[in-house]
Amino acid sequence: MVERQSPLEPEFHVGSHGNFEHGVEILLTETRPGSIVQLAAWPGEEKKLIAAIRTVTGLSLPDGAGGGLSDGVKSVFGFAPGKFTVADEDEGLAAAFAKAVTPAIGTVTDLSHGRTAIRIAGPKAEWVLAKFFAIDFALTAFPIGAGRSTTHHDVFAQIQRTGADQFDIYVFRSFARSFWKALCHASEEVGYEVQ
Amino acid sequence: MLITCPYCGPRDVIEFTYQGDGNRERPDPASQNFEAWNAYVYDRLNPAGDHNEIWQHSGGCRAHLRVVRNTLTHEISSVAFVRGDHGSAARRKAEDKP
Repeated sequence: MVERQSPLEPEFHVGSHGNFEHGVEILLTETRPGSIVQLAAWPGEEKKLIAAIRTVTGLSLPDGAGGGLSDGVKSVFGFAPGKFTVADEDEGLAAAFAKAVTPAIGTVTDLSHGRTAIRIAGPKAEWVLAKFFAIDFALTAFPIGAGRSTTHHDVFAQIQRTGADQFDIYVFRSFARSFWKALCHASEEVGYEVQ
Repeated sequence: MLITCPYCGPRDVIEFTYQGDGNRERPDPASQNFEAWNAYVYDRLNPAGDHNEIWQHSGGCRAHLRVVRNTLTHEISSVAFVRGDHGSAARRKAEDKP
């Protein structure tokens, strides 16, 4: 398999940056999942698609809009009615779903090369993201595992909360470097570390 | 202006795209009733008050929404999916718990 290049490479500087004399309050990293897949169910086929997600990933989606969960290796969340994003550290998720999701149930779109996954963590993660997105990041409104789709200056972003103070953001690969630079600038005032 | 998307919750209007008047009904594409087509293309109620509109949550879940907006106050009194079968996907209270 060809080694995948990161679009963040020229702006990815490992180490501590910004105002970190009093400690680092933000950790930024690229999670580089092997597979990112988008699934969509035809009308009325949502339950069969959710069953297929459980068969392939072993993850049981919770009920409700934007519901999701992550086991640290595989992640899944709803981002629209009948539509779900699934990510896996390993490659081959699209092929596995192509077998489980029959044409009668819905569609499988392999976005592994089309999206870049950026992880922001730390006590100020909510605070930094609130500068970017006009949505409620409080734990009560945005529970662990849940997903949200929103935009930052027309850059479409899907956000999954994977910890009390940790978020995974999926952005278009072609916008990823620009988004990453903005995220670094926004984190400067609280001190951030790139890992 | 905030629009409460049935799937995503309250979002800023910048995430939405206006898709036009929600009152008009498209004639059968095969129809040659020019008056009906003229009404579909040009006739608008232009009310000073509640107005049925179609919006798309283009910067979110991308669902099309049927919105009732007051043209005087911008108050939004109702938002629903255009596609009725999306109803089961609406935000539920259970999901709002941590």
